[in-house]
Amino acid sequence: MRSTRLALVAMAAVSLLAAGCGDNSSSSKGGGVSEAGFTPPKMSAMQTLGTGEGQVNLVAWAGYAEDGSNDKSVDWVHPFEKATGCKVNTKIAGTSDEMVTLMKTGEYDAVSASGDASLRLIAGGSVAPVNTDLVPNYKDVFPDLKMKPWNSVNGVAYGIPHGRGANLLMWRTDKVKPAPTSWGAVFDPNSPYKGHITAYDSPIYIADAALYLSATQPALGIKDPYALDQKQFDASVNLLKQQKANIGEYWSDYLKSQQSFKNGDTVLGTTWQVIANGLAADKAPVQTILPSEGSTGWSDTWMVAAKAKHPNCAYKWMDWIISPKANAQVAEWFGEAPSNSKACALTSDKKFCDTYHAADEPYWAKVHYWNTPISQCLDGRKNVQCVDYAKWTQAWTQIKG
Amino acid sequence: MTVSASPGGPVRRLAGLLHRRPSLRLAGLLTAPLLWLVVAYLGSLGALFVTAFWTTNEFTGDVVKVFDLGNFQDLVNQSVYRTITIRSVGVAVAVTVIDSLVAFPMAFYMAKVASPRAQRWLVIAVLTPLWAGYLVKAYAWRIMFSGSGVLDWFLSPVGGHGPGYGLPATIVTLAYLWLPYMILPVYAGLERLPNSMLDAAGDLGAHSFRTFRTVIWPLVFPAVVAGSIFTFSLSLGDYIAVKIVGGRSQLIGNVVYDNVGTANNLPFAAAVATVPVAIMVIYLLAVRRTGALENL
Repeated sequence: MRSTRLALVAMAAVSLLAAGCGDNSSSSKGGGVSEAGFTPPKMSAMQTLGTGEGQVNLVAWAGYAEDGSNDKSVDWVHPFEKATGCKVNTKIAGTSDEMVTLMKTGEYDAVSASGDASLRLIAGGSVAPVNTDLVPNYKDVFPDLKMKPWNSVNGVAYGIPHGRGANLLMWRTDKVKPAPTSWGAVFDPNSPYKGHITAYDSPIYIADAALYLSATQPALGIKDPYALDQKQFDASVNLLKQQKANIGEYWSDYLKSQQSFKNGDTVLGTTWQVIANGLAADKAPVQTILPSEGSTGWSDTWMVAAKAKHPNCAYKWMDWIISPKANAQVAEWFGEAPSNSKACALTSDKKFCDTYHAADEPYWAKVHYWNTPISQCLDGRKNVQCVDYAKWTQAWTQIKG
Repeated sequence: MTVSASPGGPVRRLAGLLHRRPSLRLAGLLTAPLLWLVVAYLGSLGALFVTAFWTTNEFTGDVVKVFDLGNFQDLVNQSVYRTITIRSVGVAVAVTVIDSLVAFPMAFYMAKVASPRAQRWLVIAVLTPLWAGYLVKAYAWRIMFSGSGVLDWFLSPVGGHGPGYGLPATIVTLAYLWLPYMILPVYAGLERLPNSMLDAAGDLGAHSFRTFRTVIWPLVFPAVVAGSIFTFSLSLGDYIAVKIVGGRSQLIGNVVYDNVGTANNLPFAAAVATVPVAIMVIYLLAVRRTGALENL
């Protein structure tokens, strides 16, 4: 494990160097947000699928491209390699922001972007539109995942929905009593768990505070946690500054978070199902819940790099990862709802899709998928300017102090 | 010798040419290292400074190459960066002080008390931690500082608790990591100090503290400063240890890292990165006045 971690860090260091030395001349190509609205750089999708190039370089969330190295029985990469002849090289990214940076290097062919990265990737010209006709399994994807604001622009598809999940509240059942039901547990200034609470170390976590405020302070009028005007934004930031006093540590490395919960240094905080699954395998007494306020979440999209060196293999990978069998495997391993409606018949746990509400549209209405905050308010308000993501990033440094 | 280069052969002629033209000889020797120094080292520093005056497109993150002082204005005007800078310097100073306090007696024992044979083994013992990887050591400290770790276990009989994750844990971890870089220069400095001076001080009636104050310290001080340059600069630039054992705190290195890796704001990262460079320049200028740099 340690050697893989070292390798990961070394790779991260190298890719950062690459990012640093990377060609930044693309700034002249335009794209971005103007008064007139959001215009992606002009690019066309692939028209016909050719033969594979022999390999494909992926940027993925941990658990999205398993090749059996973490668990021998969890492997959908080798069958893909065997079926298509495309060797898979995976770079695990820890945060959406890291994904955006990695894709700028031009070294990768496809990325499993969450909604807080996808629009930035499109606007930055890092990814190209996707021809969904070349992805046969696309027809079986749940309709409420198709052509959403984070995977399409002006009716043009930019990716293939992979799966979705919620950011859950997790606690140690032996240390936290009574069991929490609300995000209030992590925002309570007089929390008895001071110094043992964790929060996600990314600017997008500001949306979690905004979501909590939308339920507890209706006067602020927050409708969409990713569309915050200055007043709503300041309230969210203040809540997080106050929360900081109770934080033990922020996490962005999911293995570090898992270790903290296991040792009991962290007893309460936001998490992903994959961390809870890892802890359950370690026999740590933890439980998760979707709190009463709902939660933030993600709906990830596989996107193809604009300058992909192996586009055919990238398309084959996208079709593979949402094929019923692989989509069921990845959903069960990661702990998320599959995007392919036929995947539910192939999960090893027959109740899996019910547990994860795969087809439960009212449930997903409570989950606010990550999106990229831009100065045009995403909730449709025209009379105010919203705070954009660059300001969110600066505020995040301020919050951590 | 004459077999490989007969009189008048090309090697011989080249040797003759180099002998007659000392400037050519010098150029041949120095071109490669100077290229490295100027292009790779000073060049990258120069690129850093230039980048610091650019900005990025707020949404796409692409670099906009237009001269702009905004990054430095933000750096000065927003109090959070001042706080982080002061905190980072404080950590670097604390690490340096702890390391010199631990290193001095250790180095003194090695240089003046231990037998030559023991001396050799002690030098090896000081160097061995450098063979282990940085992350291995940092994660070892993470486990030790954990609530169920060895520090808590050690302190619990006397009713104490480990410090947990945070700045104290960061200082301890960094002090551990950089200790060899302090011991070795101090050890070298003490070895150069003639034993006869200590004997003379004793013969003239100086007690051990007076001997230390008036004889040892003035002569070894430059070596301590040399070690402090290592510990101070290494601590000032570190961002990994604080991520692993620092809990919720952040240092300058983290701000740089977050702006490169997370915010993808390279120009602002470059502007932040000039802060430790400036601090080190000031530190080196101050040190130069003590004459310590001549003793490096």
